[in-house]
Amino acid sequence: MAAGDRGLLPVPPALGAVLPEGGLRRGTAVSVGGGDAGLLLALAAGVGEAEGGWVAAVGLPDLGLAAAAGYGLDLRRLLVADDPGPHWAEVVSVLAGAVELVMLRPDGPVAPSAAARLAAVLRRSGCVLLVAGPWPGAVLRVGVRSGRWFGLGDGHGQLTGRQVEVVAEGRGSAVRGRAARLWLPDERGEVRAVTGTSGLDGPDGPDEMHEVHGMGEAVTPGAGVGLERMAVV
Amino acid sequence: MADGAKTGTVGTPGTPRVLVVWCPDWPVAAVEGAGTDGRPVAVTVGGRILACSEVARAAGVRQGQRLKLAQRLCPALELRDRDPEAETRRFEPVAAAVEAFTPRVEVLRPGLCAIPVKGPGRYFGGEEALASKVRTAVAAALAGEWATGSAHPGHPADGAHPADADPAGLDHPSGPRAEAPHAQVGVADGLFAAVLAARAGVLVPAGRTAEFLAPYPVAALGDEVSAELLDRLGLPTVGAFAALPAEAVADRFGPAGTAAHRLARGLQPRPPVPREEGPDLSVEQRFDPPEPLAEPLVFVARPLAERLHERLAGAGLTCGRVAVEVVCADGRTASRLWRHEGRLSATALAERVRWQLQAWQSTGAFDAPGEGRDGAPEGAHDAGFTALRLVPDGLAPDQGWQLALWGQAVVDDRVERAVARVQAVLGHAGLRRIEPAGGRGPGEQAVRVPWGEPHEPGAPVDAPWPGRLRDVWPAVVYRAPVPVAVVDADGRPVTVDGRAGVSARPSTVVVRGRELLVDGWTGPWPAVEYWWDQSLARRRARFQVASADGRALLLTVEGGEWFMEAGYD
Repeated sequence: MAAGDRGLLPVPPALGAVLPEGGLRRGTAVSVGGGDAGLLLALAAGVGEAEGGWVAAVGLPDLGLAAAAGYGLDLRRLLVADDPGPHWAEVVSVLAGAVELVMLRPDGPVAPSAAARLAAVLRRSGCVLLVAGPWPGAVLRVGVRSGRWFGLGDGHGQLTGRQVEVVAEGRGSAVRGRAARLWLPDERGEVRAVTGTSGLDGPDGPDEMHEVHGMGEAVTPGAGVGLERMAVV
Repeated sequence: MADGAKTGTVGTPGTPRVLVVWCPDWPVAAVEGAGTDGRPVAVTVGGRILACSEVARAAGVRQGQRLKLAQRLCPALELRDRDPEAETRRFEPVAAAVEAFTPRVEVLRPGLCAIPVKGPGRYFGGEEALASKVRTAVAAALAGEWATGSAHPGHPADGAHPADADPAGLDHPSGPRAEAPHAQVGVADGLFAAVLAARAGVLVPAGRTAEFLAPYPVAALGDEVSAELLDRLGLPTVGAFAALPAEAVADRFGPAGTAAHRLARGLQPRPPVPREEGPDLSVEQRFDPPEPLAEPLVFVARPLAERLHERLAGAGLTCGRVAVEVVCADGRTASRLWRHEGRLSATALAERVRWQLQAWQSTGAFDAPGEGRDGAPEGAHDAGFTALRLVPDGLAPDQGWQLALWGQAVVDDRVERAVARVQAVLGHAGLRRIEPAGGRGPGEQAVRVPWGEPHEPGAPVDAPWPGRLRDVWPAVVYRAPVPVAVVDADGRPVTVDGRAGVSARPSTVVVRGRELLVDGWTGPWPAVEYWWDQSLARRRARFQVASADGRALLLTVEGGEWFMEAGYD
């Protein structure tokens, strides 16, 4: 994991390259724009590996647990409060004292005053709050732009991975946004940087799509490697 | 003993009878050598009032109050810093006096100790006789301690046992008037009620403990349940809480609530678990050559306490009491049982060991045998310590042990307390943990289990699951599959026949009224489950579909109906 210092919660290296500080600053709130569940899980995945801390998911009953484990989240150290309803803020502030990171989908719009109260709790506890959706006072906004799934053909193949462009923009040290192309997830269910000069900037037409579909049919297991090679062409 | 961990008390219908000795305002008494003499005195810790004298209380000073408020209420208030060592040292004669009745004395904290009534009660002619004898003995010990302790603080009893100095202490004519603190004795079923009985100074008849507890406010039950919450629910008293059905309490408040509910009904907080021959989990530090000073023992107390913790955690147990034992080179031993509420951290345990060692040292417990009587310090070399031992007692299964079923995740207290608080708000099932499970679907790989409940897997986790999806799992798995429509290029619904044939290429998926253009698709993957059992049998087929806007969906068709089971975000 990247970022060993006490002020930062580590994230998988591929994501660390996108974040302005290389990790999640402890005691802050981070907004995951659009609420992309894969990005949410990948950002939380660094917690267990580095220090054996706990993670909580509040108001996210639809979180794919198998995918979470694939990104590297330790399910034994995951607490889930699926239906906090109007008590979500109370639940988050209690859990913030005990876990390293809380993933949250608030029940309805968030009043700035409620966000400010929670911000004080986070500062005291050093817990990171990852919000699926907008959050008043988030120090960092991370989102997924232009994603595409690979591996499916016309009636055959299998999903093997998704290439996305992850964008991060923050306040202060990181006013300018950063972006990187990542596999989210790759064929093993993990997050990984897209290597080479490949990717979505290449010719993005129907021809390429057809070829990609063809590849999916030809090399079903480990198709991700083939896809990368295809994209370079 | 007090919580019935001994097999002898398990069969009895009631809870074991416990006698508690309580010295009011002990932190104040311990720091005031000559008694408070009607002055308002308070002991503070961390900017708040820990304890105060009678006069200060009359002026409105309360435990837990902020310093500023206390000083406004009582401008003449004299403040003292807390001195836990003095508290333990000055309580030692009291504990010793009670020990004369039974060796099983448990110190809950300095100023509060408990003994089981069962044995000594019979020997000394009944509970009332025992209580009055204990009261007399404790009063004598306190008087002795204060007669000598106030004259020479820190150097009690020039060779004489405090209890022996009693007559001299009572009518001490000269010097500062030593007003010894008083002590109260109470008896009830179970330790929790006995402490309250001692505060009230009453003997609660056997079997009537619930009645005695009923008028107390729910806050008396401690932190296990949120008193504020119970109050909001219209349950202001222990009696009202006790009247709730046990199942309802368990559903709403979980194990912690059940424990509090049992207390409220005059029962043991946790049903006693008979343990025939527990493993020997005691930890020991030997000293060779014998250590003449107490300080090195204090020094090793902390790593020893940590070792005890590890051994208990390894066995999945917690203990309600820890005996601190010291062995001397001449074969003498000293032992004192410390009881605690909740889980005792290694730091807190090490602290208690330190207090106890210092108390023994200052009361002369380890002076060489000849030294006290003859004044000849020739025994200094024989009187070293050879071992310090910590013996856990009252072992019970750890509440967080279920997690050990899946790997060895250790639940720290922080997490457990947070869980209890969230469960108090959302209900017992409101907070869950994850257990692995077996199955083919993305939602069947793991299940959410309410915290504190064991999980029995319905299907083997590691069994082969033909038709199970491969490694790329959907990040979104809907709790209830979302009905969708799948149509071909001509707008006709796509169907799947019994031989897994698809009527046409799917071109559009309609999800909640939104149309997604199909960019790539695969399927059907048939998954026929429980074909041997008509009631459980399901005949389903799955499709993966990628849409033109960069999303991918897992669709299920069952009986001609299409559902969105998961989304690959």
